[in-house]
Amino acid sequence: MARKVVITGLGATTPIGGDVPTMWKNALKGVSGARTIEADWVQEYELPVTFAAQVTTPASEVLSRVEAKRMDPSTQFAVIAAREAWRDSGLEEIDHDRFAVAFATGIGGVWTLLDAWDTLRAKGPRRVLPMTVPMLMPNGPAAAVSLDLGARAGAHTPVSACASGTEALHQGLELIRSGKADVVMCGGAEAAIHPMPIAAFASMQALSRRNDDPQHASRPYDTGRDGFVMGEGAGALLIEAEEHALARGARIYGELAGTSVTADAYHITAPDPGGLGATRALKAAMFDARVQPSDISHVNAHATSTPVGDKPEYVALKTALGSHIDNVAVSATKSQTGHLLGASGAVEAVMTVLAVYDRKMPVTINLEKQDPDIPLDIVTTERTLPAGDLVALSNSFGFGGHNAVIVVRSV
Amino acid sequence: MASNEEILAGLAEIVNEETGLAPESVEMDKSFTDDLDIDSISMMTIVVNAEEKFGVRIPDEEVKNLKTVGDAVNFISGAQA
Repeated sequence: MARKVVITGLGATTPIGGDVPTMWKNALKGVSGARTIEADWVQEYELPVTFAAQVTTPASEVLSRVEAKRMDPSTQFAVIAAREAWRDSGLEEIDHDRFAVAFATGIGGVWTLLDAWDTLRAKGPRRVLPMTVPMLMPNGPAAAVSLDLGARAGAHTPVSACASGTEALHQGLELIRSGKADVVMCGGAEAAIHPMPIAAFASMQALSRRNDDPQHASRPYDTGRDGFVMGEGAGALLIEAEEHALARGARIYGELAGTSVTADAYHITAPDPGGLGATRALKAAMFDARVQPSDISHVNAHATSTPVGDKPEYVALKTALGSHIDNVAVSATKSQTGHLLGASGAVEAVMTVLAVYDRKMPVTINLEKQDPDIPLDIVTTERTLPAGDLVALSNSFGFGGHNAVIVVRSV
Repeated sequence: MASNEEILAGLAEIVNEETGLAPESVEMDKSFTDDLDIDSISMMTIVVNAEEKFGVRIPDEEVKNLKTVGDAVNFISGAQA
């Protein structure tokens, strides 16, 4: 019998709130985090997309100037979210040799990398700062969280594009089940609202062009969806072996009952139109959690609001859950937060855990005319979940054909 | 040409920016490593910023000789001459 793993701490900094209580209040109400970007570079480079979902609380308002100087923005977000999850868990005494980190990112320190390149070209190699390498490396967020909290049982960085944050929970669960750690700080962080990634995502036609109406741009499942909205931030979840949590009398939000990761091996960016890889991931995660499709009541969908992405996920859900899909309430929270790339799975995991714990589901905004090819029961106004045992899923998919699913069960 | 007092004040500003140490704690006889707890990466950042601020070149092989704040002030002063 595998060790049971529970969630005892939550943290986040997002486009709809700089901490978990603010984010969750907004997520239940339904707000948009998307705004026109107030930066000179938008006009300077004549970017085809002029808006994004930026964090509501700049990292500079939370971290000291000296701390922030030594961290890429992605790492700043990671440390802010992880500190909140740590405080929230109430952990004090801990065996640091049994405490690990699994903190993901999709892209890593892109601001640092490109700033250093600009500096090199303009001022020469002498001006490239010595902290450049530790700031740009993709394991920077995991390393900084490990250093900040004294986690010495390994600091891991799953990188699987937009599935990264969910894969971090998969890795964390494995670390505890295999006995390599008792406590893991899991999460994902991203800070890629920079002109180059915007240009690159726009170039592949992945971003919404609704420049004159940013707040209505992220609209999963709507017939008018035209791409995703770039988001940024971080989510963090402190998970621990159940016996460890019980021994210290911790407040338990829910059980991380199962996870899975699969690969499409179909196309580098396009989702498998039959949703085969995602279907296998859903089935594997439910098998791992020892639950049946009929146990599922809520899904936090990946649903990025791209014309091609939302439907294969529906196909996968329908295949994996069968006719029970009609009894499942689906939230597409990227409608509010935008797409936090490698952090999205972690932020959505926080919301999924809170949905099970509070028995309230976050809402999907901007659904005006639902795509008739995606007849899901979408949560558009605050809705409660019933008493009794609850099981919820959260999906994430990433370029490269990565599929990751977590299963959260009420306790 | 900056006086030694001006160089010290400028250096203190750079150290404060990099480490958060109070500028008044950056005194001539203080050791960068033993008194100010400045690691090698921060030291290189301070050196590069000092080069830019004072318009001098501090060769990498010279950095290890800059043990105290006074060593750095004197080197910068000499390099400006």
